[in-house]
Amino acid sequence: MQPASDIVTVARPGRRTATRRRRHNLADRAWGASLSVLGVTVLVVAALIVAELWRVAKPLFATVGIVRFVTTSQWDVVRETYGALPYVYGTLVTSAIALVLAVPVSVGLALFLTEMSPPRFRSIVSFPISLLAGIPSVVYGLWGLFVLIPVLRKTVEPFLANALGFLPLFQGPRIGFGYLAAGTILAIMILPTITAIAIEVLRTVPLSLREAALALGATRWEMIRIAVLPYSRAGILGATILGLGRALGETMAVTMVIGNSPTIQASLFAPGYSLPAVIANEFAEASSATHTSALAALGLLLFAVTFLLNVAARVLVRISRRGPARVAA
Amino acid sequence: MKSLARRRAVNWLMTGLCGAGLVIALLPLLSVLWLVVSHGFRALDLDFFTALPSPVGETGGGVANAILGTGYIVAIACAIGVPLGVGAGVFLAEKGDGKVGEAIRFTAEVLSGVPSIVVGIVAYALVVIPMRRFSALAGGVALAVLMVPTLARSTEELVRLVPGSLREASLALGVPQWRTSLRVVLRTALGGITTAILLAVARAAGETAPLLFTSLNNQYWNFSPDQPTASLTVQIFNYAVSPYADWHDKAWGAALVLLLLVGALSLLARLLTRSRFGLSR
Repeated sequence: MQPASDIVTVARPGRRTATRRRRHNLADRAWGASLSVLGVTVLVVAALIVAELWRVAKPLFATVGIVRFVTTSQWDVVRETYGALPYVYGTLVTSAIALVLAVPVSVGLALFLTEMSPPRFRSIVSFPISLLAGIPSVVYGLWGLFVLIPVLRKTVEPFLANALGFLPLFQGPRIGFGYLAAGTILAIMILPTITAIAIEVLRTVPLSLREAALALGATRWEMIRIAVLPYSRAGILGATILGLGRALGETMAVTMVIGNSPTIQASLFAPGYSLPAVIANEFAEASSATHTSALAALGLLLFAVTFLLNVAARVLVRISRRGPARVAA
Repeated sequence: MKSLARRRAVNWLMTGLCGAGLVIALLPLLSVLWLVVSHGFRALDLDFFTALPSPVGETGGGVANAILGTGYIVAIACAIGVPLGVGAGVFLAEKGDGKVGEAIRFTAEVLSGVPSIVVGIVAYALVVIPMRRFSALAGGVALAVLMVPTLARSTEELVRLVPGSLREASLALGVPQWRTSLRVVLRTALGGITTAILLAVARAAGETAPLLFTSLNNQYWNFSPDQPTASLTVQIFNYAVSPYADWHDKAWGAALVLLLLVGALSLLARLLTRSRFGLSR
């Protein structure tokens, strides 16, 4: 941040010299204007996304209404009744599973890398973790289809049914495809996102807090618990919300393993469906204008939710970065 | 007061648990990489890279058109997305300290979290509906929209890294602002920006969801931007969910090619940054 302000203050006299020359003045203005146009394009793109989604989705909201759309569960293309509840439910359940599995692991991993391991080790390990984020979603789907699902069906699901079978969550036929498979694969996919931001947040914790805790005789874990974690709580919550945003919108891997059954079932072993998955499967073959419009409405819903989550997450991470001021006050 | 022994035990237990996080995180990575390489390698032969997909029920054939199609769609995306993204980034770095800059920065941050399938719908509305046809152009537009926010953010950071003294020296010599920006500042940041573009290309090449209903798919070669076009990722999806063993093998092969492509781009990006840093010091 520091050098940037240097540039601005020092560049000013130069700018004044340049303005003395008419020719350059004109060229400078043209350059500035074209930059501004390119910059504003980002805003235009954002506006276009909202406007176009709304344009395609509008016919549906005109006939069904938003409340009935998200609270009924009849999705019948032939009769043109559209209720999105099973998709909303599937999206929420799989994302919840993903968070439950991924957040403890990511935060633990972030703590391990920032607080417990030597710096050199961190730089070695950060590469494979970033690799994890670079693997395309469809490759995760392929892996889920042929590796994860058999493992879930033969090992994990029987084990869960044995140990926790008294809960309705872990009952019913074990076919592999379903909420659990989708949630597990989402957990793997959001893990690098949450870990990276958590590490960034943990780095902002002032050394003096750690030293103070250690000087009082705290063990390393106690230092983390009383000094590091309270300080970075907002940021870690922000990281979690960003992970949630990614999980909600993740399409391919979920489409390939969730089972694509538009039903609402209590069991995590049961096949379900999610918002992005139904868009992915039906959009290209949408037969009627209302069908396309209903799918776009699902997209709009997804956009609205992820947009709000992202805003919330960014604000939280920013608050956490501004940490020292808050502590001093 | 808990005993010291107990506190120490808790400390080691928690250290162990956190360390276990590392193992849990790396396990799926190793599994994915190992299976893609081992399964995929068997599917690769000359036909895989040179032949068209075989019809349903026949074995053999390849995914040559999909490899080319991915390149084609990504090239269209770059033609649209790179100037916009890099330009927006330069704007943010040079004139982005005001309210407009802040708004653009925030929008770019939030846009980078929009699900890619939603962007697919937007490209469908913008390109497919008016053209009345699925096309490579529509796929390219979708990927370009995905590229812009990330490129803008990383370009801004890279341009801001250029030392102020370079800019001052240029301005002091009487070089006008626009030439200083282009010939001194951007030129210095060029290596970093190239890296950012390579990473954006790697990300775009791996996208599937926004292509499903924009560029769709194609069993044959296609070189015109207004026709449906095959892509590696959509081909992997179609082959993976099909019931044929031969197509499953093809899916693994295509996944290996895709990973190699993405990996090569990322590696190239890393090497570029490294040599760039070497130069500047």
